[in-house]
Amino acid sequence: MPRYLALIYGREADMPALNSPERQQVSAAYGSFTEDVQKGGVLRGGDALLPTSMATTVRVRDGKTLTTDGPFAETKEQLGGFYAFECKDLDEAIAWAAKIPGAAVGSIEVRPILEM
Amino acid sequence: MTPAPGSHDTLERAFREEYGRILATLIRILGDFDLAEECLQDAAVSALDHWRDAGPPANPGAWLTATARNRAIDLLRRRHALDARLEAVQREMDLYDTSSNQPGEDDRLRLIFTCCHPALNLESQVALTLRTLGGLATPEVARAFLMAEPAMAQRLVRAKRKIRDAHIPYRVPDEDALPQRLEAVLAVLYLIFNEGYLASTGDNLIRGELCVEAIRLARLLASLMPGQPDTHALLALMLLQDSRRQTRVTAEGELVLLDDQDRSRWDSAEIADGVAELDRSIDLQSRRQPAAHASAYQLQAAIASLHAQARTAADTDWVEIAQLYRELAAVQDTPVVRLNRAAAIAMADGPEVGLVWLDAMAGDSDLAGYYLYHAARGNLLRRLDRRPVAAEAYRRALEMCTNSVEGRYLRRQLAQLEEGSG
Repeated sequence: MPRYLALIYGREADMPALNSPERQQVSAAYGSFTEDVQKGGVLRGGDALLPTSMATTVRVRDGKTLTTDGPFAETKEQLGGFYAFECKDLDEAIAWAAKIPGAAVGSIEVRPILEM
Repeated sequence: MTPAPGSHDTLERAFREEYGRILATLIRILGDFDLAEECLQDAAVSALDHWRDAGPPANPGAWLTATARNRAIDLLRRRHALDARLEAVQREMDLYDTSSNQPGEDDRLRLIFTCCHPALNLESQVALTLRTLGGLATPEVARAFLMAEPAMAQRLVRAKRKIRDAHIPYRVPDEDALPQRLEAVLAVLYLIFNEGYLASTGDNLIRGELCVEAIRLARLLASLMPGQPDTHALLALMLLQDSRRQTRVTAEGELVLLDDQDRSRWDSAEIADGVAELDRSIDLQSRRQPAAHASAYQLQAAIASLHAQARTAADTDWVEIAQLYRELAAVQDTPVVRLNRAAAIAMADGPEVGLVWLDAMAGDSDLAGYYLYHAARGNLLRRLDRRPVAAEAYRRALEMCTNSVEGRYLRRQLAQLEEGSG
């Protein structure tokens, strides 16, 4: 069945501080979603990411490895995590993506995985 | 006059009517837009050859289907398709009969919902709908949107590629998703209609064809999903607007306003049809969702209906129309609606009252840059005989107007004003 990545974009600056009660709420919401999507039988993976301040960008040009601090591009919303789904079609993937807590405050990019 | 048998016209008509229906089913069976189109195209070419001399068969649909089926089997064989798939195609197409589809399962419904899927951009939705369901050839779709053919071809290729690679399903959406998805389909159909109705440049023939096509598709949708009030409301709106199409523009291409249109040339059959569809829509809604407010399409159709049934411009029930615009503004608060409401109020309560409404909207940035706003002000000021300010308003309107026919109309108004003043 077709597989998709649901990429979770949101404003990092708006994310509540770790260990704050608001953050607990967000974690609980994600926990609950993960359970649901697991039960739905479509979950194939997923993780939250550390913020873009922890990112490192690697490029190789002319045989030289160029390493820079930060995400590859400065964007208004940043990639914060992802889920991998295996669904019967795009509609099913969209329906699950819409339930991701981040969908209500940010954007979820749903991309088909290239099957080799 | 009936075209001679074997003539291009008969074939055109037979083909167009069957194309969407056969294509929709072929796509389902073959699971592939391009393959389905290829088979049907080949069948069409074959039909042209055969029918030119012998005339079209008694059942063109069955003929085209059988030919497309054979072509599909042929192509699949050549591409070394798995035997199972080949068998499935042969079996399905043997069972296929153009009249046997249940209304709810009609493949054309599947096709239209797929063409109008939100994962495709709007221009692609429109192009795909016209190409597949409308049966318009790619150059015709390109002409309709004033695009070069290669660019339109590319747009269609990309859209079909996305359907395939992102696995957009070929189905009618579930109950819960249906309202939103249906809204998207209606929006595409109305876009196609307006493209034909409002355009004043480009090929006039193709423009009329777009209106006809949009109405045909809306009628099809209403027949396949009879229980939806808004499909009937949109059909009503299109029919009522289309009834005036011949009188909107003079032979020389000059704009004719509603007040000045020759009502004897309005299509009374379309008006009757439109009114009936609106009644059906309202009746359906009152039975299924009695508490619901009238929808935007219903309100627009009701307004169009009042205009259509007024024997002369002077007989128009502007008070009722102003009230309908008030309700419309509550569900569809766009600059055009707000403007039309002010214009209706001006007709119902006089230009001074209308001007007060328009001036109250002056701070609205949407309207300040909208040429129709200034044209409307100009019109009311002219009726109040405040000629210099009227001219000023028309000048501002002209600065912003990009439509050549409407521009010429504004220039004429301005010229008349400037002639009059000392």
